[in-house]
Amino acid sequence: MTTQWPLWEIFIRGQHGMSHRHMGSLHAPDAETAIRNARDVYTRRNEGVSIWVVEAAAITASSPSAKGPMFDPSESKVYRHPSFYDIPDDVGAM
Amino acid sequence: MADSTSEHMALREFLLRMGDNTLILGHRVSEWCGRAPVLEEDIALANIALDLIGQTQMWLGLAAEVQGDGRSADDLAFLRDVSQFRNLLLCEMPNGDFGQTLMRQFLFDAWHDCQLRQLSASTDERVAAIAAKAAKEVAYHLERSAETVIALGDGSAESHARMQAALDYLYPYVGELFLSDPVDEALIAAGIAPDPRSLRPAYDETLTRVLGAATLTIPQARRPRGGGRDGKMHTEHLGHLLTSMQWMQRAYPGATW
Repeated sequence: MTTQWPLWEIFIRGQHGMSHRHMGSLHAPDAETAIRNARDVYTRRNEGVSIWVVEAAAITASSPSAKGPMFDPSESKVYRHPSFYDIPDDVGAM
Repeated sequence: MADSTSEHMALREFLLRMGDNTLILGHRVSEWCGRAPVLEEDIALANIALDLIGQTQMWLGLAAEVQGDGRSADDLAFLRDVSQFRNLLLCEMPNGDFGQTLMRQFLFDAWHDCQLRQLSASTDERVAAIAAKAAKEVAYHLERSAETVIALGDGSAESHARMQAALDYLYPYVGELFLSDPVDEALIAAGIAPDPRSLRPAYDETLTRVLGAATLTIPQARRPRGGGRDGKMHTEHLGHLLTSMQWMQRAYPGATW
């Protein structure tokens, strides 16, 4: 039996309209406590308006050893970047 | 004229009571800094201590202004001795273990939350403004301490026993939260502060709900132990706390940086 609380990944939305961003991780016995801990650890300098917590064990990650086949093929495909368009100023943040 | 003088004195006394509560409890909680059981709790406790010290600056700042004798909030915090402090005895009780600290916090927060919500409607705009700002912080303190008391009370056999022992140890100091004296009478008459006794039903409701969920038993009420809010008889713990909190001003009078 482990005596360590589960690890939670913390996502915080900095302002309305922006997406939640990964801020770090912390330990907590349950989701509600994880949110309160995240409030104290990551928003004490007024960084956020919303918090998501996800138990780290619930995240499935890509394998570092598969990095080559996963990511290398996209390196040389410059035509996939939408950088050949002129974006009008009034479109705002993309 | 006699009336306005006594109201003035009562207001000063009241502001010391509010500011000394948050100063002494804030210092107590800060004693955990770097020593809490886990990093997350350490940061949370330090945040709560800082909130309380921030509130102290406002209450004692206003006390100094009302007093009008040139003394500052810092002078009030660091240059008074035990008998001049007006905090509730509950606030000066030692930290004990983590459970005792959180039980003390909960018993205080539940009262502080009621008190500040009432004070937000004070006829004195300065008092109402400080209370409204502090109330938001304290609503969070109460949520956190209540949930932790429930988790530990309704936790393992060991955590339950420790929380019950903490409650048995601290409950005799709860009665003082609702004592009143001529200072309170003057404040009630002026509409500055609520009658302490009027907060009891809401407080008891919170205690019954939270301690019930925590599977803890509220001890039999005894005659309330007073002496903190009127400064007549603090516990032996306050003097020790002050020697630590005030050591620099005692060792180097007037030191600034």
